[in-house]
Amino acid sequence: MDFTQRRDVLVIGGGNAALCAAITAREAGASVLMLESAPIDFRGGNSRHTRNLRCMHDAPTDVLTDAYPEEEYWQDLLKVTGGLTDEKLARRVIRDTDTCRRWMIERGVRFQHALGGTLHVSRTNAFFLGGGKALVNAYYRTAASLGVDIAYEAEVVKLTFEGARFVSAVVRHGGAEHQVRAGTVVAAAGGFESNFEWLREAWGEAADNFICRGTPYNRGVVLKELLAAGAQPVSDATQGHCVAIDARSPRYDGGIVTRVDCVSLGIVVNRDARRFYDEGEDFWPKRYAIWGRLVAAQPGQIGYSVIDAKSMGKFMPPVFPPLKATTLAGLAQALTLDPAALGRTVAAFNAAVRPGTFDHTVLDDCATQGLDPPKTHWARAIDTPPYYAYPLRPGLTFTYLGVKVDERARMYLSDGRACDNVFAAGEIMAGNVLGKGYIAGIGMSIGTTFGRIAGAEAARLVRA
Amino acid sequence: MSAPSATRLEGLVAEAQRVLTICNACRYCEGFCAVFPALERRLEFTEGDAHYLANLCHNCGACLYACQYAPPHEFQLNFPRALAQVRLETYRKYAWPGFLAAAYERNGVATALVTALSLALAIVFAAMYAGPERLLAAWPDAQGSFYAVLPHGVMAGIFTAVAAFVAVALAMSFTRFWPDMGEETLEFLRVPSFAAASSDALGLRYLDGGGDGCTYPTDVPSFARRNFHHLTFYGFMLCLGATTVATIYHYVFGWKAPYPFYSLPVILGTLGGVGLLVGPAGLLWLAARRDPHLADPAQRAMDEGFLALLVLTAATGLALLFWRESRAMGVLLAAHLGFVLALFLLLPYGKFVHALYRFAALVRYHIERKRPLPSLGSE
Repeated sequence: MDFTQRRDVLVIGGGNAALCAAITAREAGASVLMLESAPIDFRGGNSRHTRNLRCMHDAPTDVLTDAYPEEEYWQDLLKVTGGLTDEKLARRVIRDTDTCRRWMIERGVRFQHALGGTLHVSRTNAFFLGGGKALVNAYYRTAASLGVDIAYEAEVVKLTFEGARFVSAVVRHGGAEHQVRAGTVVAAAGGFESNFEWLREAWGEAADNFICRGTPYNRGVVLKELLAAGAQPVSDATQGHCVAIDARSPRYDGGIVTRVDCVSLGIVVNRDARRFYDEGEDFWPKRYAIWGRLVAAQPGQIGYSVIDAKSMGKFMPPVFPPLKATTLAGLAQALTLDPAALGRTVAAFNAAVRPGTFDHTVLDDCATQGLDPPKTHWARAIDTPPYYAYPLRPGLTFTYLGVKVDERARMYLSDGRACDNVFAAGEIMAGNVLGKGYIAGIGMSIGTTFGRIAGAEAARLVRA
Repeated sequence: MSAPSATRLEGLVAEAQRVLTICNACRYCEGFCAVFPALERRLEFTEGDAHYLANLCHNCGACLYACQYAPPHEFQLNFPRALAQVRLETYRKYAWPGFLAAAYERNGVATALVTALSLALAIVFAAMYAGPERLLAAWPDAQGSFYAVLPHGVMAGIFTAVAAFVAVALAMSFTRFWPDMGEETLEFLRVPSFAAASSDALGLRYLDGGGDGCTYPTDVPSFARRNFHHLTFYGFMLCLGATTVATIYHYVFGWKAPYPFYSLPVILGTLGGVGLLVGPAGLLWLAARRDPHLADPAQRAMDEGFLALLVLTAATGLALLFWRESRAMGVLLAAHLGFVLALFLLLPYGKFVHALYRFAALVRYHIERKRPLPSLGSE
């Protein structure tokens, strides 16, 4: 790889946003160098673990049912972020998702069609055929055929600015450091979710019990360099997409299969065998994203999802086997919980369950009465052995602390100046749209939209 | 089945179960082929399930390239290879007679050639014994010249016996395989599922990687494999058609081979022969360029042996057609018959059996699709 040649556009990162930016810039005629810090087998950042894109649409399409209008999408986003979002940028993303699928298909991405009976097809999200790694592979093939220069295991360790202008980057590659000069830079290098030292600064010792669901290569080096250069931060270091996952998952890169989808069918207790949140507040797909933070707030950052035989086999099969016992005391022992405490919690829960008609596919009328916290749906007594449990830990997917951008993806400094030749896309600026909370598939929406904007703007600047 | 083989099968099934459990928790690949919708119906996997799913798999590799858990990821998930290894165990487990199970790993190109040439030599010797001047004579393109070298009764007798043996062997394998998937025997013949499976098989529906083609031999989607397989399959069927028409000519009309160039059996046979020359040669060429991560080295010989036999059967058949008026006709006829005989004798103990198990698995797939899915609430 020739690092000495000055490029029009330097793209830092190798995931969805970086690829969209590199392809767009190259198609506009710019010379592009893309620096992916991971080895080729693990390229693609967290995009390799994704599976769909949240799309607005006013009528059924080939891959989406019914309609998901802009306003509903915006309201969904407003609800999960509690207003911590930039409406102008958010609406830009939402509108772009209506049209970006054609662009994606033309560059090799494939979606699952609405025709197949058993396939995941939904109203709100378009599913990638083969998942995120298939999408990443298609984009890499397209980028390479367009003539984007791609370097793997190329880690950017330093960015040099002159005032508000980017000048060059220092890249560590093949055991040496190289100075790379470029007319513009697109920072699409992800968050810092795999950097546990940084997480500890934000979360304290609790971070030691977190699991990073995605790539181990998002160490936040580029984000840190941008903030050091004076970039205006958005969101904060404790915000991110964090779900409750199986505590037995690998430290990094466990991805989707670490899921535990039985929370709403039973109860969740903490280390003291106490319940701490309404497990039946809403459908699991609408609630899974808050449970990471809930577990993170518990002592020792651990929770246990407890169900009985009635619920076994009624949820997506997890990858790890459940802990199992014929009595609650036996289950408590297997979980190293106080058997008496677990017995009390379950007895109190069972006594509070009001009769109802259980139906897991609707917000049913099975609820507790006089219990704190309540369980407002799908509450059934835990009384049928054998009993099962899955241990839960906070599973961090990506962090929201990022740099401020405008709708042209231009980065801003804390002093209010815009950096004319610095653009940001993907996780590194997702906090502009997602100040907190999460809705499934919006990460890819932000990455695709802002990746394309950043690539186009960067190319326009150097070709002007 | 011998003890070491049973242990090996347990190990493979255990690995397949580990892999299937990860796949079932992920499900990103569900749009690629029938394997994934079938596995999503299950929450756990028996040995029968492993055989069933393994034989639905075409080993195209799309799911491996798309897999975020593929090696070098610590989960070391290589779904197509795990299923390929189970497939070989399917062939071994359900082989009839059972003592020939070991043949699947030994039936390489060498076995195929030795078998074919031995048979051809036996025919040459028999013909020499009957009358050397006939074997090496130049024949006008007249009816009956083939049978002057090898009498029709002998030829028909040998082939009928071999065909009957092959039919029995394959039927026995099927009748042992089908119930192990957990289905009633008569379910196999129910029209809707049988017809749907036939349509899938005849169109090679799942050799499309979900739309753009299979990732075979590399990660770039392509229809090369489907096209070469079509040439092979329909070439084979045209040759069978040629033989059937010729049999009717012989017994119904009393017309004796060889038939004129423009006759139906020769036209069918020539077209089929070209298909059987180009198709298997193309498949061999693709296999040689195959990503080594996907192949099961234990099956390479079996795959190559079968394809080589097809190519040489077609080549000798076409050579016989072009030189049937020359002095070489007798030897070419013996060579062709040797290859055809070897091909059929080895059918139940080589790659051909994939057609049997794959079709059975497809029928099962369509039976299953009619059944309700397990309810997992709102995913």
